[in-house]
Parts: sequence; structure tokens; C-alpha cells
Amino acid sequence: MDTTKEQAMLSQEALQQIDREVAKYPAGRQQSAVMAALRIAQVEKGWLSRETIAYVAEYLDMPAVAAYEVASFYNMYDLEPVGRHKITVCTNLPCALSGGVHAADYLKEKLGIGFNETTADGKYTLKEGECMGACGDAPVLLVNNHHMCSWMTKEKIDQMLADLESK
Amino acid sequence: MLEIEIDGKAVTVEDGSTVMDAANKAGVYIPHFCYHKKLSIAANCRMCLVQVEKAPKPLPACATPVTGGMKVWTRSEQAIKAQKGVMEFLLINHPLDCPICDQGGECQLQDLAVGYGASQSRYQEEKRVVFNKNLGPLVTTDMTRCINCTRCVRFTQEIAGEMELGQAFRGEHAEIMPFIEKTVDSELSGNIIDLCPVGALTSKPFRFAARTWELARRKSVSPHDSLGANLIVQVKHDEVKRVLPLENEAINECWLSDKDRFSYEGLNSEERLTRPMIKCDGQWREVDWQEALEFAANGLRSVLTDHGGEALGVLGSPHSTVEELYLLQKLARGLECENVDFRLRQADFRTDTLRPGAPWLGMPIAEVGDLDQLLVIGSFLRKDTPLLAQRVRQAAKRGLTVSVVHPVADDWLLPVRNRATVAPSAMPAFLREVVFALAELKNDKVSAELELNAPEAISDVAHNIASALAGAANAAVWLGNLAVQHARSTDLQLLAQEICRLSGARMGYVGEAANSVGGYLAGAVPGIDGLNAFRMINQPRHGYLLLNAEADRDFADSHAAQRALETARFVVALSSFGSANLAQLADVLLPISPFTETSGTFVNCEGKAQSFVAVAKPRGDTRPGWKVLRVLGNLLAVDGFDFNDSESVLRAALADGYESRLNNRLAARPVVNLSIESALERVADVPIHFADPLVRRAGSLQRSRDARAPVAMAHSQTLAGLGIASGSRVRLSQSDAAVELEVIADDTVAPNCVRVAAAHAATANLGAMSGPISMERV
Amino acid sequence: MSARELILAGTDGDRGWRLDNYLARGGYSALKKVVGERIPPENIIAELKASVLRGRGGAGFPTGLKWSFMPRSFPGDKYLACNSDEGEPGTFKDRDILRYNPHTVIEGMAIAAYAMGATRGYNYIHGEIFEIYERFEEALAEARAAGLIGSNILGSDFSFELFAHHGYGAYICGEETALLESIEGKKGQPRFKPPFPASYGLYGKPTTINNTETFASVPFIINMGGEGFLELGKPNNGGTKLFSVSGHVNRPGNYEIEMGTPFAELLEMAGGMRGGRKLKGVIPGGSSAPVVPADIMMDCTMDYDSISKAGSMLGSGAVIVMDETTCMVKALERLSYFYFEESCGQCTPCREGTGWLYRVVHRIEHGLGRPDDLDLLNSVTGNIMGRTICALGDAASMPVQSFVKHFGDEFLYHIENKKCLVPPEVQYEGSQIYVSPKC
Ligand SMILES: Cc1cc2nc3c(=O)[nH]c(=O)nc-3n(C[C@H](O)[C@H](O)[C@H](O)COP(=O)(O)O)c2cc1C
Ligand code: SF4
Ligand code: FES
Repeated sequence: MDTTKEQAMLSQEALQQIDREVAKYPAGRQQSAVMAALRIAQVEKGWLSRETIAYVAEYLDMPAVAAYEVASFYNMYDLEPVGRHKITVCTNLPCALSGGVHAADYLKEKLGIGFNETTADGKYTLKEGECMGACGDAPVLLVNNHHMCSWMTKEKIDQMLADLESK
Repeated sequence: MLEIEIDGKAVTVEDGSTVMDAANKAGVYIPHFCYHKKLSIAANCRMCLVQVEKAPKPLPACATPVTGGMKVWTRSEQAIKAQKGVMEFLLINHPLDCPICDQGGECQLQDLAVGYGASQSRYQEEKRVVFNKNLGPLVTTDMTRCINCTRCVRFTQEIAGEMELGQAFRGEHAEIMPFIEKTVDSELSGNIIDLCPVGALTSKPFRFAARTWELARRKSVSPHDSLGANLIVQVKHDEVKRVLPLENEAINECWLSDKDRFSYEGLNSEERLTRPMIKCDGQWREVDWQEALEFAANGLRSVLTDHGGEALGVLGSPHSTVEELYLLQKLARGLECENVDFRLRQADFRTDTLRPGAPWLGMPIAEVGDLDQLLVIGSFLRKDTPLLAQRVRQAAKRGLTVSVVHPVADDWLLPVRNRATVAPSAMPAFLREVVFALAELKNDKVSAELELNAPEAISDVAHNIASALAGAANAAVWLGNLAVQHARSTDLQLLAQEICRLSGARMGYVGEAANSVGGYLAGAVPGIDGLNAFRMINQPRHGYLLLNAEADRDFADSHAAQRALETARFVVALSSFGSANLAQLADVLLPISPFTETSGTFVNCEGKAQSFVAVAKPRGDTRPGWKVLRVLGNLLAVDGFDFNDSESVLRAALADGYESRLNNRLAARPVVNLSIESALERVADVPIHFADPLVRRAGSLQRSRDARAPVAMAHSQTLAGLGIASGSRVRLSQSDAAVELEVIADDTVAPNCVRVAAAHAATANLGAMSGPISMERV
Repeated sequence: MSARELILAGTDGDRGWRLDNYLARGGYSALKKVVGERIPPENIIAELKASVLRGRGGAGFPTGLKWSFMPRSFPGDKYLACNSDEGEPGTFKDRDILRYNPHTVIEGMAIAAYAMGATRGYNYIHGEIFEIYERFEEALAEARAAGLIGSNILGSDFSFELFAHHGYGAYICGEETALLESIEGKKGQPRFKPPFPASYGLYGKPTTINNTETFASVPFIINMGGEGFLELGKPNNGGTKLFSVSGHVNRPGNYEIEMGTPFAELLEMAGGMRGGRKLKGVIPGGSSAPVVPADIMMDCTMDYDSISKAGSMLGSGAVIVMDETTCMVKALERLSYFYFEESCGQCTPCREGTGWLYRVVHRIEHGLGRPDDLDLLNSVTGNIMGRTICALGDAASMPVQSFVKHFGDEFLYHIENKKCLVPPEVQYEGSQIYVSPKC
């Protein structure tokens, strides 16, 4: 096996998690678990390389291009490497009315990067997000896809960055 | 049945029809892009919006089911407004570069834009640009032109059987693409060019070769596989520039295999022979026809004078026309030579004395879709006859169960319910199991000879195949090329016949080449005392007459064939192409027309004779094969060689009612040699793009994935047993023939076998396509 | 005030979501009643019809009627899907339901499965709320362990498997057939209908899809009876409903109130206008609902019929409140960007049209508007609406049409003066980071 393929392989633990997802669907419908499998793979690898996607597709016995369709359709998959911490800020209208854009501006200023950029030290990537279904908590942002932070005043943003710094 | 009204016309359509179906039936044209009769409904282009009574909004005709009494208007104000609106959206991001687009002149978008588009775009924003993709050597892309109709995606999924294209990203960023860095490798890939309604996917070989309106469109028939796909050959200044499908629902539907579509490049190959040539004192010399023919006639005459008719071997390829093969055998017989054959890759001819007719598919191609059970014995079906495999694939979706007995488990991209992957020599014994299982299920007897030879046990697979066939209402058993080329083919055929007798299934032969049926009908087989193709090679003759065949590629044992020709005193080759090999072995080269430059006839696997005429003038001094043979007959003073045209040759060859000569019956019940080889066995496929001289010279096809140089393949256990690691270089030998290749482990190959392709330069020095072979590391 | 909580009643923030707490609040009594008394499925559907519960996901389709479309005697699996893909800007109620009261959704789905003979269900949870998804998985584990879902529920012969499926960032998956495609492991591109999910749904099997809040209402309907539920609201608009109030109010958040409650009361519950500023306009039903100018809105009651009469839609109940500091062109620009960004790309009018709309609005906002742009916007939206596979085309068009209709002057001002009518510093001040004192 060549090295890129080896690098695409997932840990035993990740595969077990994927198996648990597969078990949610009727027999022969393992493709249903592709979203979860790509999520699990992304958590492990940081982002989804072509090889990782191909690996997941093969694991679920589906065409690689179909897995790529999925990976490129849903926003939260990263098809390019991102910083250690990906921060996604919602700037949609309801959030914007309560400071979503201001929070994003503050983050840009603090990190010295714009949307879709990564800090030089590779620690942070900043993304603009769409409605996260939490407009009442504006400003809201998502850290590494899975942790939502609500009511993000400047002070709380400072605190959050300080916490992330130590991780 | 439902009664509906479209634009005031009453039509009756079947339940479950769509408005589009009904419109087609009523002869009403509804503009569309994503809809295609052979593909699933996507309803994504929205071009087919029509007005339906009581519906508040326009509905897509392609996806809207008909209800009784429905009233539809396709050209009402509401419908036209909707259609124009969609057309505007389609054009806003389209480059409108028709003058430089290869699709120009045959573009559905261009055509419809004339009727539905506005003269000036209201879209003043920046247009989208989409990067092109590398789909391989056959299809070129200009993805900015793509209108995302997804026909190409659906084709790969549904017809070709493997999703090689997808629509990645979303919204305006949606892009059609293969998986990153992959190409489209399907043997049916060229069809996406026809399907693409715009110039996003066009033919790479055809690129910039001509503008479509400069091309003459002429009908023809594919000279390659046994399906006999109908072609439109497009010609400019007597040069074939492009080949397209001629729709024939009963044969190729609207499809072509890539081989049918792109082999025309071989017509312009540098190896085309355009002048007669003779070899004097080891030197080749171009001469005129007169001299060449006299040289050929003299050479043959001297062999005949010295050794008699049986000293001659007359061998034609099954890709030759009925007319050519008919005159070839007539010439041989006129020279008192019964050694004539066209079954060059066959090894076992014991059926010749048992067979009253010409073997064929046993059913019309169009009826494949109605089968409910199919057993395929010894076939590389998907690559040998891609469109037949495609029919089976569609039938499988409707419930056809497919079983396969074959030495390799190739992926046909269709579900195979029962699969026996056994070594060639074990195939008869396996089929015997099926026979016994069937007899038991049907409460019937097996033949007395077999009775003495009962299997010790019946495997589950054999049992499953038997019960599948036993319960079928409409079953078929097909013998593929490997079964026919098998060293004990007769046993397989007799056992298949027994299976059919017991189960009521129809027996059929897939057929190797465009004229595998026609060769029989033309009588291009040896007489009772004659030698068959295998014998003519293994009992070398003094003289040979070759038609369209290359010794190093087209024979069951290419090593023996080359040696036989090498030692012969005189070899006449009628061929469209020259090669170093032919130059070495032949004494006269007579340039004959390929299928595009002659009239002729092929009889396809279902027994349909399809005649065609030349679409271009013969290149250089090339002459149609039938004419050359006729003159040769005259020169050799053979009687009955005064044909004036190919039609009269055809009339002599294929009398009316020739269909009654199609017959798969074998006048015997199986007496079977059931011994299984203990030695390593060779399994040889004929790779799709090496099967005949024309396709071997088609440049773009030769760069495709299907034309990769062969490697040896063996089951990992077989390799382990031999102590050979996957990836090693090995020496493969069969008696005094040997080649070196890389071997890789491949568990789709039956144990105790090595898969080594035939018909390729890399394996031309190997021996028989089946039988023992040895392998050692070098 | 008609604050009247059913779904959110007794929920105790992050502590009250567990099974024991739910049971203590009387949870699962409806399921026990249905299963224990073997209530005939058609009676449950009749109760639903009597309640006039209308789908809470946006379209407001009567739930009882929808349930009655499922084929009764279908051999093999039938499916249920819960739509928790809440992604319509302004909507954040389902997240709170799942966060504070996940078991009421599970109970509602189990009852629905019983009523429709469904054997399996999936709750499709919005990608960005992973923590809620994990909580729901835990709640499912609790319910499974207690025999409330799975085989032989509560010892009966009724079985129903329920699982959670996590989205990963695609608004379109809220569209019910896109959601099904997504569960099948494909990109979420809506299917053309017919066939409808009730005949050809998940994996080609009969399927019913309802919103989280719809399912969450079911146990209450069983417990209080259809009539009782209906009476909480007003005729044709049964029950209570959660409203997600966001934007320029003092206390953004979810408010569960009786249908038919005046908008003014809801605004008051949400703490009134921030900084006492003047109301300019309200999007009453999620970002795709047409915007309603302040004066019309102040006369509305919060129910399907009243909002519809005002020229908009109750939709998912997301109330986006905008005050006088809002530049309506900029507001529309952001919404148009959203629909452009979220179009699935499948059908032509939406794929091509949403980008066109966004670019034109963007141009106007950035001082590059042209005199005929407003006509163009109206014409392009007209060519999108009703011509697409799913309603996203309409969703993208309605804001454009309504903003241009009600705030056309502001657009013209941009085009003529190449700048905002509301001074930038006023806008800036008005959209400052604001955190409600509630938190
Ligand atoms: C673009 C689009 C997005 C939608 N998003 C949601 C959503 O996030 N949640 C939801 O429940 N329904 C959503 N819907 C509505 C669903 O298609 C569907 O009508 C609903 O889930 C049915 O449930 P209900 O009858 O209980 O409302 C959306 C529809 C469209 C066209
Ligand atoms: S490439 Fe051609 S066939 Fe494929 S989606 Fe685009 S326009 Fe359609
Ligand atoms: S042909 Fe009907 S929508 Fe494309």
C-alpha cells in the first residue's frame, strides 16, 4: 500500500464509531452513514483529503465520487486543511442585528486574518457561517464544528481565545 | 389507458405515462434538456414546463404523471413564458461561444435559444467560469458550458453501471466531475458525448477536426463485436472524421461502445496498406495490382502443383464480411482445398461433425430484456460485448437473475446472484453438477453416458444455479468467447445443451466478432476432410492465404501461428494494415478496404444480416476484399467467379430464408471428459481494444485504460503456493513459447490459474489461449 | 398575556431534559395510554385532525390529514422522519425543544409511529448543533433502556426503532425530500413530487416527515384531546406555538404562546424594542416569509390566518424584528446571499436565479444600482417562483419581492444616491453586540 493510502486509513476507534453509525440503518444501507463517517474521519484527520474520502467510500462500499459529492455539498466538511481551531461566526441577518458582524470583525482584528484564512501559526481558521439555528443567542459562533458559543461579547471572545490557546 | 389532450390533440397513453411521453406520442415537441428516454427522470432543467389545466403553476412535462382527462398546453402564454424564463437562466452563465464550440451546429441549447432566447441578455454580472476536467483520452470537457442537466452523471450510474461522474459542490458552484484525478474509464464512455446537450462534453479525437455541417452522414455497421451496432459515419473529403450511433432499438438502442465509436482512428493509421507489395529476395517492393495478383496466383499455383490443395491453409478473420468469407471459401474449394476456416481463436472443433447449423444467440437481442434467468458460461461479457452486457444490466434491474460460470470473477457492474469461479478445466465438471441438480429438481434423467459419471457431490452454487433455471419462465444459457475458445469447448457446449434440455432454457452463443455467425453461413468452415484453423496452424502447411488476420494476434496459439507462417513456402496476405510481423511472414501484401471503403454484410449474434456500403473512396490503391478475391479466382481459373457486384456475391452467399440455418443444436448428448488439470492453467481474455486489426491501431483507444499493457494475474493463494510475490516479474511458458511479465495477485482469478491476455504484443509469443502454463520468477 | 406553555412547561433549563424529570412531569403518559389501551390508530389520527395542529416546520399543513395519507396496509417498513434541521434564519425553537425536552419529541414520534404503522424513524438534526445531537442520542438511550422505543414497547406488540441522524451544514436538508436524500447518504437535493413521501419516501418506502415542534405537540393532544388543544388557539389555528423572536428586541428568545395572541403582546414579552427605538419591519415567519412593515404588523395576531392576511406567512414562527437603524437593502442583501449560498444547484431557475438576485441586490447596496434594477428583480423573482423543484426558489424570491414592495423608496434612494438612507453610523450603532439581560 502506498503511503498516501496508508495516511488515509482511520484508527480502529474511528472505524468502530463508524460501525455504530452504520448500525442505525437497515441492512445494505450503509451509505446512509457516510455523513457521520466523513465527520468522524474529519475529526480524526483535521480535514478531508481526497484519500480520506476515498477510504471512507471504500469502507462503506459506495462510489468515491458519490462520497465526494457529499463531502463537497455540506458546508461543515473541510476539503482543505484548516487551522487547529476553526471558528465559524454566524453573520446571517438575525445574528447581524444583534452584533454577529461586529463579533466577526472583532475576531478578524484579534487574529489578524479575514474569513477563510488561517493564522500564520496554523492555529486558527476563521469562517463565515450561515444560520446555526441559535439566533436568539447572537452573536453565536461555532468552534471546531461541534461546540457552540453563545452571546459572544468581546470579553467572552477574549476568554474563548485564551481557553483555546491552552488547548 | 388514459385519455388526455395536448394542444387540443387527443392522445391515449398507458397508465403511468408522463406528459412528455404523451407529447411524444402525439408528435408534439416539448423543449427539454435533462429528460432522456433511457435515463431516470431528473426534472432539473425545467425547460419542459407546460401549462396544465387547473394547475396553478406550470409543470415539468418530463416528470408530471398523466391523469385521465388532463388538458395540457405546451405553447400557451403561460407555458412559453415559463420556457423563456428558464432559457434566460440557462444562458446567463453560458459562454455563448458557439462559433468556436465543437457542438456548434448540433447543440440543443443553441437550437432552442433561437426559439426561446431573447436577443440581448439582461444579465450584466460576471459570468461563471468552471475549470475543465481530464476525463481521459476520449472525452474532452469545456465545463463552463455545462448546464448541469446531469444526463452524463445518470448515464454512468444507470447505463454504464458505475458512477464515474458526479455533481460536486452546490448551488451555482455545482460542477460535474469525476472523483478527483480519476478519468472516465467505462467502455461505454463516449455516449456521454451524445447525451450532453451542450458542448461541455465533446469527442477528444474529433476535436476541431471539422465543423459538423461539413460532414456527410452515412450509415454503416460496426465491424467489431457480435452485436453489430448501427453507425452513422461522418466523412469529409473521403476521410472518416467521426462515428455516431444510428439509433436501432432492436440492436444498439441509441448507444455505442467506445470501440464502435472511436476505432475509426485506426483507418488513418500509419500502418494502413495502400499499395500492393511483393517480397523478392527478402526485399519488399511496391507494385501494381496486376503484378501483385499474378505474383500471388503464381505462388499459390506452385504450392498446389507441388503438394496439392491440402497443402494450402486458407484463414479469414471473423471480422471479414460475408462476401469476403464466401469468396474466400469458394476460392479455396475451387483450388481443391478444404482447409478453410474463420474461427481463428478456437481450439476444439469436435462440434463440427455434430452441428447442423450456424451457432447464434438463440434469441433476438431485443428479447434479452424479457429474460428472468440467465446463465453465462465462460464469458468476458462486459468487455466482449459491452452493449449486450448493458442490456443484461438493465434487465437485472427489472428482476433478471444472472449466474456466471467462468474462471475469473470480473465485475460486470451488474448483480450476479450465483457465481462459480473455477479453472477452465474444472468447468465441465462444474456444469455436470448443474446438470445433475437439474435432473433431480425436474425429476428427469441425465444421459446414459453421464449417468455413469455422477458427481460425488453437488455444490451449493451448482444447486442454486439449477434451481434458478428450473423455476424460470424465460431463461437462457449463453456460451461466451472463453467457452467457445476453450480447449474442451465441445464438452461445455454439450453440457450447456443438456442444461437447456432439462430446464427449458434457450441456448445461445454470444459470438466473438462482427461476423461470427456470418462466417458459418458463408461456408467458411472446413469440409469433412479439411483442416480446421487450429490444425492448419499445428500441422503447418506449405502455403497460406490470410484474410484480415494477423498471425501474432488473432489466433488461438499465436506462437504456433507465427511459426507455421514462417516455415511456409508462400504466404498471401489480404489486409488493410501492414506490420513488421506481417512483413516478416508474408510474401505478398494485398491492400484491401476496411469496412468503411467497401460494401459488405455482417450477420450479428441474433442472426440479422446487416449490409452496408462504402462511406468513403478506397484509400490509395486499396481495393475491396471481395473484388480482390474475385480477381484472384479469375487468375487461378476457378469457376463461378464472375460476380459483378457485391450484391450478387451476397445473394450467392446468403439465400433467402438463411435464418432457418441458425441452429444451436448439437447432435449428441454429452460424453464428457471430466478430468481436471492439476497443472497451472492459462486463462486468456482478448482485451477489448486488441480484438481486431482496426481497433489495435486506433490511437485514442490505445491510450485508454482498457488498453493498458497486460500483466499476469493469479489468485494470492496460487502465488503463495508458487512462492511468488505479487509484483514480481515472472517467466510464463507453454512448451517452447515463453514471455516475461509482471504478475499481480488478484483474487478474482480462480485458483490454479494465471490470467494472461491474448492478442497483445506483450503476449504474442505465448502459446495456446487455454491449457497448461508454467510460471516462475525471473 | 397569553403565554401558555405546553412544550416548554416545567422544563428546567439544562437540568430538566432527562427521562426521570420528564416522567415526573407526566411524560410518556400519552404513549402509555395509546399503547396500553390499544387505541385504534384511526382514532389517534381523528384526534389530530380535531386539534387542527398545523405543521410547525413552515408550510402549516394539517398534521392529521398528512398522517392519513400513509398507506394502511403496506407490507414491509414504513418510516417516520423528524425534521430538526432548523436552518431558516430566525428559527431556533427546535433546538430548545430538543435541548430542554427531547423526550416529548421521542414520545410524539412513538405515538405517530403507532398511528401510522411506521417501524423505524430518524430524527434529522441540524449540523451546527452537535451538542444537541449528542444530547438527543443520550435521551434515545434512556428511552430505549426504559422500553419506550425499540421492540415491544411497554410490553406490547408495538415496535418502533428510532435513531438520530446528524446533518453537516446544508439549509436545504430542511426541505423534506432533501432530508430523505441526506439520510440515504447522498447530497441533499430535493426530489420532484409526485411521488410524495407517503408513497415513495425514505429508501423508496412510505414515509411521513414532521417538524420537531409538530411531534412535540402530539403527546399534549393525546392527553388533552384534540378539541382541548384546538381551543388553546383559535379556529383553524390549534394549540400553542413557539415563536423565536430575534433582532432588535430587548429579550430575544423563544416564547410559547397561544395561537392568535396579538403581535404586540409577543413583542412585549420579548422585552419590547431595544433602546426604545422605532419598529421598522418584521419578518414574521422565518427569513423566507415576506417582510411586513411595522404598522401592518402591529395589527396582526400570531396565527396562520392573520399573518397570511397581512401578506406574509407564519412559517416556522421565527419573528425577526428590525428597528429604524436597519438598512433594508443591506438586510435583503444578506438574506439573498444566504439563499444563493444554500441553493442545492439542482434546478436551473434556483441555481442561476439566486446568484443573479444576490448580485443585483449587492450592486445596489454598494452604490452600483441601475434605474431598471427593481423591475429586473421583480421579473427575475417572477421567473423563479413556482418553477423550481422545491420551495427554496420561492423562499429566495419572497424576501426580494416584499422588501422591494414595502421599502422600494429605500432601494431607489440607494440607486440614485449611491448610499444608504440610514446613515452608516446609525446602522453600526443599531447592530452592536447585544446580549439580553435574560442571559
Ligand atoms: C428550503 C426549505 C427549507 C425547509 N426547512 C425546514 C426546516 O428547517 N425545518 C422544518 O421542520 N421544515 C422545513 N421545511 C419544510 C419541510 O419541507 C416540511 O414541510 C416540514 O418539515 C413538514 O413538517 P410539518 O408538517 O410538521 O411542518 C423547509 C422547506 C423548504 C422548502
Ligand atoms: S456535462 Fe453536459 S451532460 Fe453533463 S450535466 Fe453538464 S450539460 Fe449535462
Ligand atoms: S426535461 Fe423536464 S425538467 Fe428537464
